[in-house]
Amino acid sequence: MASAISDAVDDGDSLYLAGFTHLIPFAAGHEIIRAGYGDLELIRATPDLVYDQLIAAGCVSKVTFSWAGNPGIGSLRAFRRAVEDGVPNPIETEEYTHYGMVAALHAGAADLPFMPVRTFAGSDLVDQNDAIRTVSSPYGDDEIPVVPPIEPDVAIVSAQRSDEDGNAHLWGIPGEQKEAALAADTVICCVEELCSTETIRSDPNRTLFTADAVDYVVEVPYGAHPSYAQGYYDRDNAAYLEWEEVSKDHEDTRAWLDEWVYGVDDRREYVEKLGAERLLDLEVDSRYATAVDMGDY
Amino acid sequence: MEYTDTELMVTAAAEQLEDDDSVLVGIGVPNLACNLAKRNHAPNLEMIYESGTIGSNPSSLPLSVGDPVLASGAVGIESMLNGFSYYLQGGRIDVGFLGGAQVDKYGNINSTVIGDYEDPAVRLPGSGGACEIASNAHRTIIISPLEERRFPEAVDFVTSPGYLDAETERDDFGLRGGPDAVITDKAIMGFDDDGEMIVERLHPGVTEADVQAATGWEIQFVDDVERTREPTDEELRLIREELDPDGVYLD
Repeated sequence: MASAISDAVDDGDSLYLAGFTHLIPFAAGHEIIRAGYGDLELIRATPDLVYDQLIAAGCVSKVTFSWAGNPGIGSLRAFRRAVEDGVPNPIETEEYTHYGMVAALHAGAADLPFMPVRTFAGSDLVDQNDAIRTVSSPYGDDEIPVVPPIEPDVAIVSAQRSDEDGNAHLWGIPGEQKEAALAADTVICCVEELCSTETIRSDPNRTLFTADAVDYVVEVPYGAHPSYAQGYYDRDNAAYLEWEEVSKDHEDTRAWLDEWVYGVDDRREYVEKLGAERLLDLEVDSRYATAVDMGDY
Repeated sequence: MEYTDTELMVTAAAEQLEDDDSVLVGIGVPNLACNLAKRNHAPNLEMIYESGTIGSNPSSLPLSVGDPVLASGAVGIESMLNGFSYYLQGGRIDVGFLGGAQVDKYGNINSTVIGDYEDPAVRLPGSGGACEIASNAHRTIIISPLEERRFPEAVDFVTSPGYLDAETERDDFGLRGGPDAVITDKAIMGFDDDGEMIVERLHPGVTEADVQAATGWEIQFVDDVERTREPTDEELRLIREELDPDGVYLD
């Protein structure tokens, strides 16, 4: 992980750590904090705890987003401190809606100059983001809002498994993982486990993206904790509730970073620190999909 | 049987839903209302979540819209791009639930900032999918406690368009649907032909003066304001014993 991050990420880059509640690349985010990056633009529809941690650590100068919160719990407090009070440093924001964000990623991934969307009309968001504009339909009199392509320098995307080349399988909620990866210049794919190419080829409909899109593959078990990996482990809701308390105060937040990010060398040490009991609590029972017959042609 | 404000809001919201509706569900009261409607009068209600899960059949109540219990056993799961474009923008969602920090007299909703955008007193989470739900669902149901600070005459920031300034038609902006009902802890409101909020039903024990005192403008009342139906014993039993036995949403 450390070598992939240090190769792929430079100060000042725009980063997309993808995921809609599911498969958030926390291990990669913590490595970025440990490495001491600065002036990063973080992009993501749903900035969550890992973005709050990057902001509190002073790595961030801009956040482009559509919903910044602690899912199911409340505010993202370090994000709010940066926006409301400039602590630890002021950050710029660029704001979309969920569909506006994923449409912009789609434009980036598909090499389009813009993407029309039936959202933003009548909302004050149009006045706050110069990138959201309106065009006339070339096929009629209608006016329609458009968003520009979003093309992050680096996307860090998690999946359950991939082969060593980065042909990746994802199941459960896919969020915007595919669009973020295909829109970005450089892609780091973090997986719970490596598998054979034969496994990928046995079920090609489950492939999120192929190796063409991927620059680095990192096998990092529990790399998404405290978020979850469908079928591997559950969301650690206690950690989200704990963050709500810890992040109320900047000094407490820094102390948490000292213990859980700066205080461990890598994800292996983090997982050891979590301890077996906590991980066993996140175990899920198996519920296998019925096998499909692809046919032997 | 005694009941809480939240339980009344759940039964009132459930009544708004019809069989065969496809509903973009929110966490909390909307989720319970959908579960109750499914058990009572709308067995074919289709529950879709913002994360893209369709026809979810969760074994326990989800804590967020991206919860893994919504993915296991769903009939389908779409990416955000497909869910928002093909389903919501494509006109396949009948009902969307919305909440927010502020709701104004025309049903415009603010979930972005309190105060000035550039120098906010409070930075709220932002739109997420709320603006597109308000723009593209065939009808929306707003759920919020009724308090003067939550119901100002005009919101500080229009995140999600309701009936705009009541002069501009939603059609002019290419917007579908619009707010249909506002479920609060004191009353249930609809909207008149001009798109202004109007009180249709008062909850038991609540007076028109109570509602006016909790609203930031001179609110209209229909001529013959009715009383909200109280939850039945069977509805309360279902909610407490089967739908939310651990009090996940009701505390």
